[in-house]
This record gives sequence, structure tokens and C-alpha cells, in this order.
Amino acid sequence: MTWLRPIIILAGLIAVWQVVIWATQVEHFILPAPAAVASALVDDWDLLLDNAGITLLEIVIGLVLGILLGCLTALTMAASTRARAWVLPVVVASQAIPVFALAPVLVVWLGFGLWSKVAMALLIIYFPVAAAFYDGLRRTDPGWLDLAQTMQASRWAVLRHIRMPAALPVLGSGMRVAAAVAPIGAIIGEWVGASAGLGHLMIQANARNETPRMYAALIILALVAVALYFLVDRLARRMTPWQSVTDPSRPANAITNAASKG
Amino acid sequence: MLPTFNPTDTITDSPTNLPGAIGVTLTGARLAYDGIVLFDGLDLTLAAATWTCLLGKSGVGKSSLLRLIAGLTAGATATDLSASDGQPLPSRIAYMAQQDLLLPWLSARDNILLGSRLRGRKAPRDRADELLAAVGLSGRAHALPATLSGGERQRVALARTLMEDRPVVLMDEPFSALDALTRHNLQDMSVTLLRGRTILLVTHDPLEALRLGDRVLVMDGEPAHFLPEITLPRTPPRPTATPEMAALHQRLLAQLGVEQDWPEGA
Repeated sequence: MTWLRPIIILAGLIAVWQVVIWATQVEHFILPAPAAVASALVDDWDLLLDNAGITLLEIVIGLVLGILLGCLTALTMAASTRARAWVLPVVVASQAIPVFALAPVLVVWLGFGLWSKVAMALLIIYFPVAAAFYDGLRRTDPGWLDLAQTMQASRWAVLRHIRMPAALPVLGSGMRVAAAVAPIGAIIGEWVGASAGLGHLMIQANARNETPRMYAALIILALVAVALYFLVDRLARRMTPWQSVTDPSRPANAITNAASKG
Repeated sequence: MLPTFNPTDTITDSPTNLPGAIGVTLTGARLAYDGIVLFDGLDLTLAAATWTCLLGKSGVGKSSLLRLIAGLTAGATATDLSASDGQPLPSRIAYMAQQDLLLPWLSARDNILLGSRLRGRKAPRDRADELLAAVGLSGRAHALPATLSGGERQRVALARTLMEDRPVVLMDEPFSALDALTRHNLQDMSVTLLRGRTILLVTHDPLEALRLGDRVLVMDGEPAHFLPEITLPRTPPRPTATPEMAALHQRLLAQLGVEQDWPEGA
């Protein structure tokens, strides 16, 4: 029953889609019928797959670099208050400038290829990861810090053995948010200027009135994004194996839990 | 199932390199938060290898005093803290809190070895397993804290404290979160395993103080001072169901400001 439920939901959504088309007689170039999109999916499969691969590559590289950079920033800020005074304004500024506004600049700087999209994804991922991890590093149980102090632990040892592992669950939440927003960065980058990728394909299909192809690209993009989210979620759980024992309710994962329980 | 603990058969039978017992002297301790003086000019001496129990109403500053000795209060001034042998004190103090403070991602054994890990030393696993056995948890070396009961967790914390092998042990209500039976058991276990060390135990429970302490001190007032102390004969853990213990219990309750509204002789 659990595995059946998503299928039923999907079938229901497609049925509603079809009913809307029958009821409103909407033009096919505004909302194509499910069958038209399905045939676009089949006909353009290779094209869609090639472009999806490129978009996925952009997202994954952006995700990896963004998470690394975010963690590094959070660790730097947690390790020294002096570093924090210098780094924090930069982190906040990175979030204050809308990524959308930066897209054209990045395309000019980094070209129409992969790296301008990677940079977009990275920028959008960086903040949630850095903010979450830093927050986690700051909120270490003061009792643990007291205990470590009576054990003559160095600051570095406390960071490495207590504060960092203690912050991993919060970092996991940050990574889940990052995985959810990463595709936005890549797609915006592709809209602004690209020669390949699902975003590029959608813009092109839109301009040529090939609406079914646009919808097919959208569906592939959604599948890629969902798959990525679950992959990162799996990774985040793997990072904190003690959590499943500690707290079975796991509020940070409500979405995943709801989905996996069906 | 509650572990049974027999105070006579433990690793204390095989002598365990107990460090030379030291006393601790605190002179003229002063601590103020936000302009409120918790205590000022407070003197306290912990005699070597004895249990001193510290009672007092909530907020009187007994935990703060313990934390001050543990070196955990920033901004404490005019405090002269020294060990009876004149050597530096901080590296010879172990600390045990009300919460077990086990790291949830480490196994019981790795929690016991936390000190060596933090100091970047080689982890003496055999010793950790010996201590696990001593607190009745042999075979649970790989258990994560979340899979242990409250009493078991606090026993791991006791083993971690013993692993540090410090001559002075400061305990901040380590038994208060446990149910009565578990608490009784852990008290006995602590008395046996910590024998030969200098202990300061902060507690809310007058009976616990009478059961465990060689000396019972009550902190009172604002700023706080010590009321006349109770010195107890015989080695702990001592039975508390005797008439003189009952009288001392009454006296402590009165000092702690508990109204006694039952009739005399009841």
C-alpha cells in the first residue's frame, strides 16, 4: 500500500490535468494534454536526457562546492571570533544580493558553459549550509564544553571532537535545504545564457511554441530535483547514524518521513 | 532490570594506581552575576580523601561554588584556590554533572575514553573496559548512550570520571535525575569506586548528604555563608534509618527552610 500511494497520487494529478483541459478547452500551446507531453517525453528522450545530464552535473558540482565552502566558512567563524568579525559580513552580503541579479554578471564573467551555472548553484547553496552549520557549531550543549574544559581539552580538540559532530544534524538540515534550492541556481543560469541544459531547452521550446517539450523538460527537472533531495537526505542520515536511535520523530526530516512512510 | 552492586567485590580489590590524595583550600571566594553578589569572602576546605556534601536552597550559589573550584566560572575574582600539596589544581579535578553529558555519537567505551581523546593521547581501551565492568556494564562497550537507561548512562559517566583518575572529584547533583532505587545503587557504587579521592558533592537531598558525606555543609543567605557543619562518624554509605540520623535530617530540613507542620513526636 505504501508504494502504491505515490502512484495513485500521480494518476490523480494527471486525471485532474486532463479534466481541466476538457472542462476549459484551454489552447494546447498554453496547457498541452498529458498524452502530448508523454509523447514529447518519448520522442525527445535522448535530447532530454543529454540536457538533463548537463543540468544535473551543474547542480551536483555546485552542491559539492557550495557545501564545502559553506562548511569551511562556518568552521572558520566558529574557530575564532576575530575571523568571524571579518567573515560574517561577507556571508550576509552574499545573501543580500539577489542571485537572480547576479546571473547576467556571472554569465559575462564565466561564459555560457558549465561554470556560470555552477557558480549560480554554489551561491544559492552556500548560505543555507554556512548558516545552518555555524548555528549548530554555536549551540553546543554548554555541559559538554564544561566537561571538556575540566579534561584540559584544547579549543581545536573541542571543535573537532565535540562541536563538529554535535553540529552534524543541523548541517544535515542545511544540506537538505541546499539540495532543494540548488536546481533553482542552475536553471536561472541556463535561462540567462547557455548552450545546453534543461533550462536552456525550456527557453528554446517556449520560443518555438513547442509547449509539450517544455513540459517534458519540466517533468524531468522535477524528477532530477526530487532524486537529488532524497540522495542528500540519505547522505545526511548516514552522517548522523546515532540520530535514528536518539530521536525517532526527527522533525528536521518531516518531509522525507512523510514521503517514505507514504 | 536493576543491577545489583556489591560494594565489596570490585576492581578496588586490585589497587588501581590511586593518585596521592590531596586536600583543597578555597579562601575568600567571591562571585557576582549582574551586580548580585552570590557569595563574598567564602572559605572552604576539603580534607583529603573525604566526602563533603553541600546543601542549600535553589539559587543560593552552591553549584556556582562547585563550578568556581572546577575552574568553570569566568570572571570570579579575589579567589585563592590551592591544593594541599602546593601543586597546580586544575589538571587534578574531575567533574560530574546532573546530566550524564555522554556524547550521543560515541559508544559507551568511547565516551569513557573522551578525556584521552580530547587531550590527543592514546586511548587505554583495556582500562576503559575494566571500568565498564566495575560499573556493571561489561559487554555494553559498543552501546550508544541512547540505548542505555538513565541509570546506565550515569554509570558510564561515573566510569568516565574514574577514567580521568583525578584525586579531586566535583559532583553537581549527579544522582538527582535518577529514580530512588537506581540512585541508591549508584550512590553505593560511587562511594566504593571513588574511595581515596577528595569529593565535593552538591545535592538537594539532605538524606543523600547524610548517607554519603563525611561532612555536611549548608549554604545559606545572600550573599551566602556556611551554617555550622555536621560531621559524621563511620564510613559512608551509612544507614539513614537510625534515630540520630532522623534528628540530623530534621535539623537539615529546618536549616533549608522546610516548614515542619506535623505534630511533635509523630
